[in-house]
Amino acid sequence: MEKSVQLKGTAIRESDIKEGKVLSIEWVPKAQYAWDTGVAIGHFLEELKGGKIIGMKCPRCRRIAVPPRMFCELCYEPNWEWVYLQDWGVVRSFCISYLRWDASRMKEPFIPSVIELEGASEGMGFFHLIGEIDPQEMKAGLKVKAVWKDVKDRVGAITDIQYFKPA
Amino acid sequence: MGMRKVAVVGAGMTRFVRRALETPKELAYEAAKMALDSCELTLKDVDGVVVGSAVDAFDGFHMKGEYLSDGAGGWRKPFIRHSVGGATGVFSCIHGWMHVASGLFDVCLVVAEEKMSSCQPHPQGAFLTVYDSILERPLGLNLTWIVPQEMNLYMSYYGYSSEDVARVAVKNKRNALGHPAAMMGEELSVQDVVNSEVISWPLHRLDISGVADGATAIVLASEGVAKRITNKPAWIAGAGYNLDTWYWTSRDLVYPVYVEKAARMAYEMAGIREPQKEIHVAEPYDPFTFKELQNLEALLLADRGKAAQLLADGVFDRNGRMPVTPSGGLLGVGNPISAAALMKVAEIFWQLRGEAGKRQVPGSPKIGLAQAWGDMMQAGTVVILKN
Repeated sequence: MEKSVQLKGTAIRESDIKEGKVLSIEWVPKAQYAWDTGVAIGHFLEELKGGKIIGMKCPRCRRIAVPPRMFCELCYEPNWEWVYLQDWGVVRSFCISYLRWDASRMKEPFIPSVIELEGASEGMGFFHLIGEIDPQEMKAGLKVKAVWKDVKDRVGAITDIQYFKPA
Repeated sequence: MGMRKVAVVGAGMTRFVRRALETPKELAYEAAKMALDSCELTLKDVDGVVVGSAVDAFDGFHMKGEYLSDGAGGWRKPFIRHSVGGATGVFSCIHGWMHVASGLFDVCLVVAEEKMSSCQPHPQGAFLTVYDSILERPLGLNLTWIVPQEMNLYMSYYGYSSEDVARVAVKNKRNALGHPAAMMGEELSVQDVVNSEVISWPLHRLDISGVADGATAIVLASEGVAKRITNKPAWIAGAGYNLDTWYWTSRDLVYPVYVEKAARMAYEMAGIREPQKEIHVAEPYDPFTFKELQNLEALLLADRGKAAQLLADGVFDRNGRMPVTPSGGLLGVGNPISAAALMKVAEIFWQLRGEAGKRQVPGSPKIGLAQAWGDMMQAGTVVILKN
């Protein structure tokens, strides 16, 4: 296909739509869901409410996984045993994000991170946010600890942990 | 394995633009029609239609395949749609190949379409709906919270600098200047990329491909038909696909093992033992700069941790020892997800036929590879074409 080929496809601008030069129809979906939390995550969330992080151990590969699942996706076996983990660990990866979901920008960044919790198997990461830190101080290997909501405010959700902070 | 030989015999695409006037169905039609015209076939010659489209939430049509079917030429024909996220476009070729290789069809029309601009205020919002509903969405997880973490780990593991990965954007955006569909072709310096806005450190704005609207289509034919209608069939010599765990936090974020597994599946089928010597031209997936390097390593086209140096040495330039992304890729042409990845297959097709115009790599390449990456950042899809 040569550069000289005239391809189809007509570029328009956002302003063409806003100014009515190109007709458009707007629709705002109001999709609603109520997700039950399931067997493994349901129990995990109950434990969070009590201020504890729980994982699962596969009887075959001995891997301790978090978040817990009712089956080991590697061995494909059921019946794991519950294992309590520590609420601290080390940062395996992170980024410093100035972008909101709608592509608008933030002055104060979010610091999403994959954390390896003490007690879980190596390479078993846990996703959460890092707080109470100057972004410049972030580094892999940093020891971080969960900052919990007050007991009365906990509802059994991942947000019962507000974020992790340097330990 | 008792499979029939299958060739790509035609290809077509629309321009990739940030916002297209055409509807998704119209885009699908334009690409499909161009692909059929390119090999002088009509819809009557088509036995079955395969449609690839990544995310329904972009276009705003749940069950997008059914909606696209008329535009993609699926009326009263065997029709099937698949989605494996970003890996969709290359999988589209594989899905079509399955139908012809199995003996089910002699001619299969493969169409990939994405119209991202409809999703307001920005298509990135659609990604909010793909993560774990209980543990991840309440924290606001988004693509730009995961990809830069992988980038950070990858770069620090091999000691790659921002400049090292920025060279991918410089090369691909320059290559795209020769592409009639391109929306992001540009002459840039490494410093332009490194000094562009920090979106999600270590990811800069110019490390990221552009959301776009567009469609691509190819025509696949069995050996008998292919030899009848063209003297330049591009045979599908190898196909591979593989999926890693959905639990992204426990994946190897430095090395995409699933891409290597997909590549090995395709190499074995194609009888390729030394990919670095035998692949003449490659279109690895480049939605973000570092991804091209990481994918080249997992495709065994560069040794681990060596891709950045090869890039700096010019090995991957259009006139280099192994041209990589001569099309301009997602970074240069644009990234209407599924259409962009199928564009990579189309580029290899045009390169092997010597029809790539200004983008043509020297030396009459005989074997080329296209690859894409997707689903929950866990899928690898690979196609090898041979003339």
